Amino acid sequence: MNPPPFPDTAEQEPVFSDMRDGDSDEGEDIFLGSSKTGAESPSVPQLNIKAETTDLFAEQASSTAPTVGLGTGGSSNGVQSDDDNDLFSDAHVELPTENASSSTPSGPRPAATFIPGTADMQTKSMEQLEEEEAKDTFDVDVAVTNPEKVGQFTPIHFSLHNVSHYQSSTIKFNLYLCFNNVLNNAIIPFHHYNWKLYLFLSAGDGMHAFMAYRVSTKSTLPVFRNKEFSVKRRFSDFLGLYEKLSIKQSLQGCIIPSPPEKSVVGMTKVKVGKDDSSSVEFVERRRAALERYLQRIVAHSVLLQDPDVREFLERDELPRAVNTQALSGAGFLKMINKASDAVNKMTIKMNESDTWFEDKFQEVENEEQQLRKLHIVVDSLVNHRKELCGNTAVFAKSMAMLGNSEDNTALSRALSQLAEVEDKMEQLHHDQAASDFFILAELLADYVRLLGTVRGCFGQRMRAWQRWQEAQSTLQRKREAEAKLLWANKPDKLQQAKEDITEWESRVTQYERDFDRISVTVRKEVLQFEKEKAKDFKFQIYKYLETMLQSQQRLIKFWEAFLPEAKAIA
Amino acid sequence: GRGGRDGMNGSEVWMGLGFGRDMSWTPRAVNVDLQTDATLQVDISDALSERDKVKFTVHTKSTLPNFKQNEFSVVRQHEEFIWLHDSFVENEDYAGYIIPPAPPRPDFDASREKLQKLGEGEGSMTKEEFTKMKQELEAEYLAIFKKTVAMHEVFLCRVAAHPVLKKDLNFHVFLEYNQDLSVRGKNKKEKLEDFFKNVVKSADGVLVAGVKDVDDFFEHEKTFLLEYHNRVKDASLKSDKMIRSHKNAADDINRISSSLYTLGTQDSTDVCKFFLKVSELLEKTRKIEARVAADEDLKLADLLKYYLRESQAAKDLLYRRGRALVDYENANKALDKARSKNKDVLQAETGQQLCCHKFEKISESAKQELVDFKTRRVAAFRKNLVELAELELKHAKGHLQLLQSCLGILKGDT
Repeated sequence: MNPPPFPDTAEQEPVFSDMRDGDSDEGEDIFLGSSKTGAESPSVPQLNIKAETTDLFAEQASSTAPTVGLGTGGSSNGVQSDDDNDLFSDAHVELPTENASSSTPSGPRPAATFIPGTADMQTKSMEQLEEEEAKDTFDVDVAVTNPEKVGQFTPIHFSLHNVSHYQSSTIKFNLYLCFNNVLNNAIIPFHHYNWKLYLFLSAGDGMHAFMAYRVSTKSTLPVFRNKEFSVKRRFSDFLGLYEKLSIKQSLQGCIIPSPPEKSVVGMTKVKVGKDDSSSVEFVERRRAALERYLQRIVAHSVLLQDPDVREFLERDELPRAVNTQALSGAGFLKMINKASDAVNKMTIKMNESDTWFEDKFQEVENEEQQLRKLHIVVDSLVNHRKELCGNTAVFAKSMAMLGNSEDNTALSRALSQLAEVEDKMEQLHHDQAASDFFILAELLADYVRLLGTVRGCFGQRMRAWQRWQEAQSTLQRKREAEAKLLWANKPDKLQQAKEDITEWESRVTQYERDFDRISVTVRKEVLQFEKEKAKDFKFQIYKYLETMLQSQQRLIKFWEAFLPEAKAIA
Repeated sequence: GRGGRDGMNGSEVWMGLGFGRDMSWTPRAVNVDLQTDATLQVDISDALSERDKVKFTVHTKSTLPNFKQNEFSVVRQHEEFIWLHDSFVENEDYAGYIIPPAPPRPDFDASREKLQKLGEGEGSMTKEEFTKMKQELEAEYLAIFKKTVAMHEVFLCRVAAHPVLKKDLNFHVFLEYNQDLSVRGKNKKEKLEDFFKNVVKSADGVLVAGVKDVDDFFEHEKTFLLEYHNRVKDASLKSDKMIRSHKNAADDINRISSSLYTLGTQDSTDVCKFFLKVSELLEKTRKIEARVAADEDLKLADLLKYYLRESQAAKDLLYRRGRALVDYENANKALDKARSKNKDVLQAETGQQLCCHKFEKISESAKQELVDFKTRRVAAFRKNLVELAELELKHAKGHLQLLQSCLGILKGDT
């Protein structure tokens, strides 16, 4: 939806949000302040979403109309046509914070057209089965569901009031404004001559809308307060978690799963309210990727014990992750890898008797390359399948037309039936393309990223080794310096030298221990990772083959229904 | 390459890549339902593809007395078929018949290009991949080859089945004369003439089509054929696009299979064995998908293409009749004028009689032809749609079984 055109009096300029951060900060909800109702207060105020029929995500909206006093009778988001309501009459805004979804544990999934049909329904049960299988180790099951658009600022509708004594004319403007973290006051005073400007915000779409996801956890681990609980998180929260984990853990050689990438383009489309299939697809893709991300984290014994992870899963309100602009998953990864690449390039030959690390590193690199290639081909398949889908739809229509103009009745009917079969084929191809994408392509994308992370861990180990080596050479130098001082008979400096040596001796020991520790960790992690990877690939490929199987079953049904029609032609 | 029927297999050496594979025959795709007449049976028993031409061996079995033997064969090229077709079109006596549409020119350009690219890119892919792609392209080439043979054969069979055309002298010469017919292709000048002729004809066609016909049957046919032809054209284009996408998807599955194979050969772990099995499965999947696309092409796309051409031929017939009608009406007017002026009356009378006779002759045969066309069309669609559905079912069932058994094996192993 395009922002309505500006009126001439434009002291105001549209301030578009800083798009560096895909999920930009929305600032505090100016009306809610601290008034929260309901057991589950989301960290982000749930402004009631206007119940647009086309807004898929408005399912969660309660039936109360937005009471921001904007009278959303208009056909577009919050834009009012000639309505002379004085906005100030409803100044006691009380935005419903209770979101329907917070009371019902699991609202309906948005009827996204691109959800991989039946395969997806199977997903849950198959995953649960798998989890049950692995329950000997960890008893944590997480799911990410209900992507929900939370709108903040919108086409803003405000009125200027001349608070001078002369007249109280009201002029309405429609402006499309976005605010950054700037907005901390409930009312934005704007003084222009005697005019005061009060801005009211209404819910709906806008550049500052963001997606909130429900993260549900089921676990019998005693460390959690409840057995089942869920919280609402937004994308930047996931990124924030990743950062915290990376800073803490990756330096120890842990393989931290990475969250999906930020996408300015994808998110923008969603924000401005485009409910077309590509933005639906984008949201679904992201939701699924976030879910896998969390599942990998809780499957990791070390990470699961991290308090940040528990906080993420459990805590009702998470402090905003502010620095996610700086470090996206890939950005952070790049930073880590750059360091390790630099290390590699320094032709450090770690004289290891055990070539395990060198060999494994090579393996990882090779595999990453292979998977990259495979991913490209799968992408091509997805595109061709989508093309096939489109072409089939078009063909079906033209067959229907042909059937219409055919003057033999039986043949005409058969051709129409054929057109219907082709229509069903279109749906089939569409679903298969979704499987191709959501199961295969995403699997490959995930592992290309993860293998990059693994490479990074090897780099970390190398850095640890380097640190140790450097400390050793420094110690050596200190010893030589001491020897020199002894020879030169400078007793005052000798004390210092001896202290230095002690310090560096302990450092050397420390770094050696660090290196050994990280070696053990990396080795363990990599082996664990390979096990998980094997399981994952098998599982996903099974899933994919099952979707292929279902396609064939559907095909058989279609053609079995058509055959008698064809035979009936006379 | 040779496509031999009934055991006449041969090897093909083409573009130096040396296929050397047997390309045995399969029953021809018949888009028409024809009554085979024992007195004259024609088929294409063999075909050879050379660099830029295809040589068809036309085989005839006949009890007709005008042939020297009861069974004989000659070799013909595409241009000679066109010559024969054009001779029918230009023959005034056949104005009242639907002239069987000429077969399209054999077009191996796309296939050739792909093969060339493959040859060039041989260094950049593994031996595996190369062999696979070569096999694929061979199969594609063979499919195109079979199609072009089928289309040329159908043309001859249609002629042989037509009560009047089968007696045509040119046709007999075509069948029997075992030397080159020396039918050179049209030179530039002739092609230009053709182009102008077509322009004039379409303009005239518009004029003629505008004339309302008294006869309901023909009026209905005119409207019907116009709409039908356009829709068949549309359907034909769209079916081609759809089938091409299908083939592209099958190609991708092929590449995925190769990629998985490479992954699977890295090591001998469990997972690698798994990849190898999946790679094999996908290879089989790909073959099935490619067959499905090929069958759709044969049964649906080709059917539509054929009726595109036939409906055009029917439209041409209607045009000729319309033209004759206009001529007749003009002759009537001329006669009236001559009578009123009392000048050249006899000439006008003869002229009018000729036009009348011509028009009536065309109308009579045209009616029958159009009825036959409908019968043939319905029969052909029925045959092909039934076969299409049966093939789709066969492939889907086979595919399902393949997937089920593979999944069983894969899961059983873990």
